Amino acid sequence: MKPILASAVVATTIFLNGTEVNAQTAPAANKSKPYMNMGRNATPAEVAAWDIDVRPDFKGLPAGSGSVAKGQELWEKQCASCHGTFGESNEVFTPIAGGTTKDDIKTGRVASLMSDKQPQRTTIMKVATISTLWDYVHRAMPWNAPRTLTVDETYSLVAFMLNLSEVVPDDFVLSNKNIAQVQGMMPNRNGMTQKHGLWTVKGTPDVKNTACMANCAQHVAIGSVLPDYARNAHNNLAEQNREYGPYRGVDTTKPPVAALPSSGMLMVSTASAPPKAVGPADLFKKENCSACHAPAAKLVGPSIADVANKYKGVANAQAMLEKKVKAGGAGVWGAIPMPAQTQLSDADNKILVQWMLNGGK
Amino acid sequence: MSERSKTMQSLSTPNLIRKAPENFLSQEAIAQINQHGADETRRGFLRKSFMAALGGVGAAGSGLALANPQGDPAILEKQIWQTTLGKNVATEPYGTPSIYEKNLVRRESPGLTRVSAASVAFTPLQGLFGIITPNGLHFERHHQGWYNIDPNKHRLMINGLVKNEKVFTMNDLMRLPSVSRIHFIECGANTGLEWGNVAVPTVQYTHGMLSCCEFTGVPLSTLLDICGADLKKGKFILAEGGDGSGMTRTMSMEMALDDVMVAWAMNGEMLRPENGFPIRLVVPGVQGVSWVKWLRRIEVGDKPYATKDEAIHYIDLMPDGLHRQYTSIQECKSVITTPSGGQQLFDKGYYNVSGLAWSGRGKIKRVDVSFDGGNNWRTARLETPVLTKALTRFNIDWVWDGSPTIMQSRAIDDTGYVQPTIRQLRAVRGTRSIYHNNAIQSWKVDTNGEVSNVQVG
Repeated sequence: MKPILASAVVATTIFLNGTEVNAQTAPAANKSKPYMNMGRNATPAEVAAWDIDVRPDFKGLPAGSGSVAKGQELWEKQCASCHGTFGESNEVFTPIAGGTTKDDIKTGRVASLMSDKQPQRTTIMKVATISTLWDYVHRAMPWNAPRTLTVDETYSLVAFMLNLSEVVPDDFVLSNKNIAQVQGMMPNRNGMTQKHGLWTVKGTPDVKNTACMANCAQHVAIGSVLPDYARNAHNNLAEQNREYGPYRGVDTTKPPVAALPSSGMLMVSTASAPPKAVGPADLFKKENCSACHAPAAKLVGPSIADVANKYKGVANAQAMLEKKVKAGGAGVWGAIPMPAQTQLSDADNKILVQWMLNGGK
Repeated sequence: MSERSKTMQSLSTPNLIRKAPENFLSQEAIAQINQHGADETRRGFLRKSFMAALGGVGAAGSGLALANPQGDPAILEKQIWQTTLGKNVATEPYGTPSIYEKNLVRRESPGLTRVSAASVAFTPLQGLFGIITPNGLHFERHHQGWYNIDPNKHRLMINGLVKNEKVFTMNDLMRLPSVSRIHFIECGANTGLEWGNVAVPTVQYTHGMLSCCEFTGVPLSTLLDICGADLKKGKFILAEGGDGSGMTRTMSMEMALDDVMVAWAMNGEMLRPENGFPIRLVVPGVQGVSWVKWLRRIEVGDKPYATKDEAIHYIDLMPDGLHRQYTSIQECKSVITTPSGGQQLFDKGYYNVSGLAWSGRGKIKRVDVSFDGGNNWRTARLETPVLTKALTRFNIDWVWDGSPTIMQSRAIDDTGYVQPTIRQLRAVRGTRSIYHNNAIQSWKVDTNGEVSNVQVG
């Protein structure tokens, strides 16, 4: 406390002495901007640690190399659980590969983008610049352990993704020396435009509507509605609105009401639902377990059902898994490690493991 | 007499309410009450359960017949809050909304994404008032999950084409001259689910990637000035986040020097962790992805960076197969929030119809509302303040005669741009785009009072 008090006294003194003192201490060139010396200079090592971006002209790309074969090995260990063995998976994120042809590599335009044939746009269909792939894999992958891939591993993985898309052959080695040549083979390299009015405030909009006020549409037709089967797809809308005031939520657990309720009838259907107690399922979400584990499908980690099946009737499963959740680990369900959950209380850990072993019930 | 039996007695007083049907409480609720007694939460719940079990008798406000000729039990009966001592000050040191507001929360759209750490939670626009979004309801969109970043360990680095590459601590940043401004933030994909057809039921899911707050921070131009940015060669900046995705966005130097700020506060408090605590970029008028959260680095460069979210996502597929890159401006748009999809009207008569309008290019000049699917329009009242690149609240009178109605709103900004129909947008952009859908929204009110999401044309 003492130094702070002391400096406060000094500051007061300066203030009481008037502006002359301030004028003397401020840099002469920046009288109107007395804050110009704020912040400190970054050291070269600090800049190097954070300046990781790689631009389309390859500014920022570190030297290194990696083979398709090495990439495949890494892919199966680190990437396939989310992206599928061939980059085709649509389970967790949109697919990486697919939808491009040898012809696209020649033209630099992905033909399937011009029709409705391809149901989904894959990463390789869209990306125009190989630097984008390199930058993102290096900065943000694997998804649950970002920035853990080395430079050479990144080259290998980019090579493998391009091999999946038949841009480079099986025996290819991608490096900082040949990456510019590979850029020349990117299937959608000519498929981007920056000519539009949506980059600056002064840009020209696409459409020009008029502010017609009367008799603007001869014939009003409804072109699209939500299908009946989707009525409750977003859960009960009555529970997503206020239970008082003029606008209540529709009870989507029931068919639409036959007529306008009016005459004093109040729709309080949701009030009969007991308040939801905070249970293991909520805890599972709150503790972020659901980021990697789904009820029945494999995500980054095994599904709850798979875990329950594997340890059915296994003695000590409860204690063993509690320990594992706390410490983290890898190997049982593949190479992607489960991070240690050190923040978890013993009581919550017990509840969660019990719940998982019970199949999420 | 215990609290519990007093409540039970008042609830079952003859002539006020009919006798309860059996089993109106679940076993779980009964066990809870036996164990803990009826506190305020449970008491409110008891009363509501009772009403529900009766099939909703009770008087519903003005103009409706009373069940009891003597009057409204809400007036005739002494309520618990009139006859007992309430809670102490600072019982809730940071405060939370009323328990009766529990339904208005951020929500994920089921099935939209598989992993919640790379997902969206939508703002409940159907229940908000005015133009300011409460901090706890500001929409969330993360790419690799959020952290509570220790502000003492947070740094902002500015590097690249600058005279001095510098590092700022939170202490440094918060000593600098700050500004406070109210701006909307809208995700480029807001309403994107509806490019092809109607896909979701309520305004929370159609338009809820939208919020508006008073942000406080230091203008980015001040920081670039301090570092001596090379404004001749440095035509672009790259903003980078401190999260796992290291979210990166390019923007032009012109924009960076205009009204962009490095903000630490939102509506008078520090940013919430979900919205970028301790600092985020505020880029007025531009889609949310550029408002880089947990901002850790600004690089000044001479070329755009084409990073993941500007080369793979947030690009608009045009009918000719070309992708539009760096589409950023959120064009003039509006939506009626009450009544809106998924709501139920009980009766004919007067309603105040209310909604929001905004433009990434400036101020809202006018909002028109149609109650016949866009054939005839009336001009709505704009509520103050009307600010540039901020939400503007509009209201309009409506007397509903009970017949089917399609309501729409159409905003005009001070550049003269008129919000388009979905048909006009599709004519230019096709149906396979995702981003920048600013079409006029239609809500259908059916004869049974149910409001639903429809597209006209």
